[in-house]
Amino acid sequence: MMSTLFAILFYLATLLFVVGLLSRINTYARTPAPLKIPTTPAPTTTGGVVLRMTREVVFFESLFKANLWTWSMGWLFHASLALVVLRHLRYFTEPVWGWVAFIQPFGVYAGITMLAGLAGLWARRLFVERIRYISTPSDHLWLVLLIAIAASGLLMKFAVHTDVIGVKDFFLGLMHFDIRPLPMDALLTVHLSLVLLLLVFFPISKLLHAPGVFFSPTRNQTDNPREKRHVAGWAKQMESESGK
Amino acid sequence: MSDITAPAYRVIPIIPALKPGAMEGKGPFVASEKINEAIGFPGNLVDDWHDKAIAKMGELLSKYRSLKVYMDACVHCGACSDKCHYFIGTQDPKNMPVARQDLMRSVYRRYFTLPGKLFPKLVGARDLTREVLDEWYNYFNQCSECRRCSVFCPYGIDTAEVTMAAREILDSIGYGQKYSNEIIGKVHKIGNNLGLPGPALIDTLEGLEEDVKEDTGIDVKFPIDVKGAEVLLITPSADFFAEPHIDSLIGYAKVFHATGTSWTLSSMASEAGNFGMFIGNYEQLRKIALRIREAALELGVKRIVVGECGHAWRVAYSFWNTLSGVGDGASEVDRFAQMLQKQLDHRYKQPTHICEFTWDAIERNALTFDKAKNDKHIITFHDSCNVARGSRMGDFAGGQFEIPRNIIKAVANNFVEMDPNTTRERTFCCGGGGGLLTDDLLEIRVKGALPRMEALNQAKEEHGVNFMATICAICKAQFTKVLPIYGFDRRVVGGVHQLVSNAIILGDKK
Repeated sequence: MMSTLFAILFYLATLLFVVGLLSRINTYARTPAPLKIPTTPAPTTTGGVVLRMTREVVFFESLFKANLWTWSMGWLFHASLALVVLRHLRYFTEPVWGWVAFIQPFGVYAGITMLAGLAGLWARRLFVERIRYISTPSDHLWLVLLIAIAASGLLMKFAVHTDVIGVKDFFLGLMHFDIRPLPMDALLTVHLSLVLLLLVFFPISKLLHAPGVFFSPTRNQTDNPREKRHVAGWAKQMESESGK
Repeated sequence: MSDITAPAYRVIPIIPALKPGAMEGKGPFVASEKINEAIGFPGNLVDDWHDKAIAKMGELLSKYRSLKVYMDACVHCGACSDKCHYFIGTQDPKNMPVARQDLMRSVYRRYFTLPGKLFPKLVGARDLTREVLDEWYNYFNQCSECRRCSVFCPYGIDTAEVTMAAREILDSIGYGQKYSNEIIGKVHKIGNNLGLPGPALIDTLEGLEEDVKEDTGIDVKFPIDVKGAEVLLITPSADFFAEPHIDSLIGYAKVFHATGTSWTLSSMASEAGNFGMFIGNYEQLRKIALRIREAALELGVKRIVVGECGHAWRVAYSFWNTLSGVGDGASEVDRFAQMLQKQLDHRYKQPTHICEFTWDAIERNALTFDKAKNDKHIITFHDSCNVARGSRMGDFAGGQFEIPRNIIKAVANNFVEMDPNTTRERTFCCGGGGGLLTDDLLEIRVKGALPRMEALNQAKEEHGVNFMATICAICKAQFTKVLPIYGFDRRVVGGVHQLVSNAIILGDKK
C-alpha cells in the first residue's frame, strides 16, 4: 500500500520537477536580451564565456570575491551535495557503474560536510544582522528541509540502518514501471518524503538559481558590441530603412 | 541644504549596522505634468495605476531576460548586501542591493508566481499598495545603477536592471522623477542635457578658441557642424561650460590639433549623455541615441569619438551599435545599420573613446608632452562605474582601466593608486550617477560618496594626493559639489584630458 503510494508520488514529483524545470528553462531561453550587459571582467569570445561560466558554476568565482564565509560554506554545501547525489546513483543502476562505486566512500563523508555547510549558512542567516534582515521564512525553511534530508540520510547510514537492498530494488523497479515493496522504516519514509518535497517545489522556488545562472546576461554574454550588431526581435521592429 | 554634513570616515571599513528607515521619504522631486507629458508619459499618477503597473511589469518580464532571471534567481545569500555605497553611507537596509531588488521581487512573487499567490507571507510576497509604490519611488531613485553589486553576485544579478525596470514602470503610470525626465525633455527640444542652444554653443566655442590662443599662442579650433570632417566628437554638454569639465574639452581639441585630425562637434547632437538608460526606457534610450546617427549621416563623418562621460561611454560602447548602428558587423541585409556602417572607417573601433584616440596617438609618438607641467599634482585615478563595469577600451581585457592610467602616466610624473578594493571593477560610484545628480537628492549624494572619500583621504594621507582624475562628467560635477563637504578643495577633481591639456606641447609638430 505504502509502496504504491510512494511509487505514484515519485512518478508525480519527477514529472512536476522535469516539466516545471523545462518550462522555466524554456521561458528563460525564449525571453530576449535586447542589450549587451556583460559585467566586467567580460570575455570577448564564446570560449571565454564558457570558461567564465565554468568558473562561476564550479568555483563560485563571484561569491569568492564577495564574502569568504558565504563562499566557503556555500561551496562546501554544493560540492558535497554533488557528490552525495552522484553517490545515490548506485540505487538506480545495476550493476553499479565503476566510478559511482569509486566515489561511494567520499560520498558518505560528503553527507557530513554537506550538513556542516548548511549549518554554516544557516548560522549566517540567523546571526548576521543584515542577512537576517533579508531572509524570508522560506529561506529558513529551505535550509531546514535540506538539513533534514541530510540528517535523515546520515542517520540511516551511521545509526539506524535501513534495508538498502530493498530500497534499491524498489527504485530499480520504478525505473521499469514495476512497483516492488519499499522497506518501511520511519527514517527512510522521512528521507524520501522530504526529497519529494524538494523535487516538487524546486521549479517554483529560489532553487531556480541553478538553471538561472546559465541565462544571466551579465555572465553569459560575449563582450563584442562594437564588433557585432546585436538586436532583439522586438527592438528590430522599431527600425525602418529611412533610419528613423 | 547647507545642513547636510559628511558622515564620519569609518576607522576600519567595517560593515555598518542597520538603521531601518534612515532614508525613508528622501527621494527626489516628482516630475510635473508638463515634464512627463513632454516625453510621452502620463502627466500624473493615473487612477488605475495598480493594474497598469502590474501589466507593465508583465510586459517587461517578457521583454528582458535579465529581469525575468533576476526576479527568480536570488537566494538571499547576502553577497551583495555590503557592496553598495549608498548602504555604506546611509546604513538604511533598503539600500542593500538585495533589499532594493526585493522591493520589486516581493511584488513579482505575489502576482507572477504560484507560491506568492498561495502563501505570500512565507515567501515574502506583497501586494502592490500605495505604500509599496512610494517605497519603490523612494528607493529605486536612491540607486545609481553602478552595478558594483553585480560583480559580486554569484548569479550576476544586476540591480541596475531592476532599478531601470522599476523606473520604467513608475514612468508608465505617471510617477516619474523630475530631474531625469526634465533633462530628457531638454535633449529632445534643444539638443543637449543642459539646454544650451546652438548659438550659445557656437559663442562658447569661439570664446574657447580665443582663450587657448591667449594661453598657448596657437590657433586650436573648436569646429562645429563641419560637413566632411573626419571625426565627429560626441561629448557631455557639461564639457562646454562647467568646471572642471571644460579643461578636458580643451584637452581633446589640443589632441585633435596636434594629430592634425579634422574634427567637428554637432549642434544637433551636442550631448553624449543618455538619460534614457537611467529611466530604463528603451524607446527614449534609442531616440536619444538616434540623434548621433542622424548627425553622423548628415555630416558624413568617418569616425565617432566620445568624450569623457561614464554612462555615455557605456551607452556608446555597449548599446549604440544595437540602437543606432554605430559600430561594425551588421548583417548584409540589415539596411538600417549598413546605411551608417558603410560610411564609417572600420580601421578604427566605432565608436572610439577619446582616451583610446589619445593613447593611440601617444603610442604612435604623434604627441609630445612636458610632464613637468603636471608636477604640482600628485594624481590618482577614480574609475567611473559605468566605464569600469559596463564597457571596455582597446581590445584587451581591462583596457578601460589601463588606457586612462597609461595616458596619465604619459603626461604626468606623479601617479599613485587608491585602495585596490575601491578601484577597477570594484570601484565605487561617485554617489551622483544614474540620474541622482540633483540637489533635491544631495543628502544621498553626500552619504553615497563616503567610500570614495575614505579611499581618497587615505591616498592623501599616505601619498599626498591632491588631484583625482576621472573620465566622467557626472563624477566631476558630483565631486566638485561633495569634496568641500568632506573638507577637500573642489579642484581636487578633474579630467584626464585636463592633464593632457596641461602637458601637451603644440608648437613642435610642424
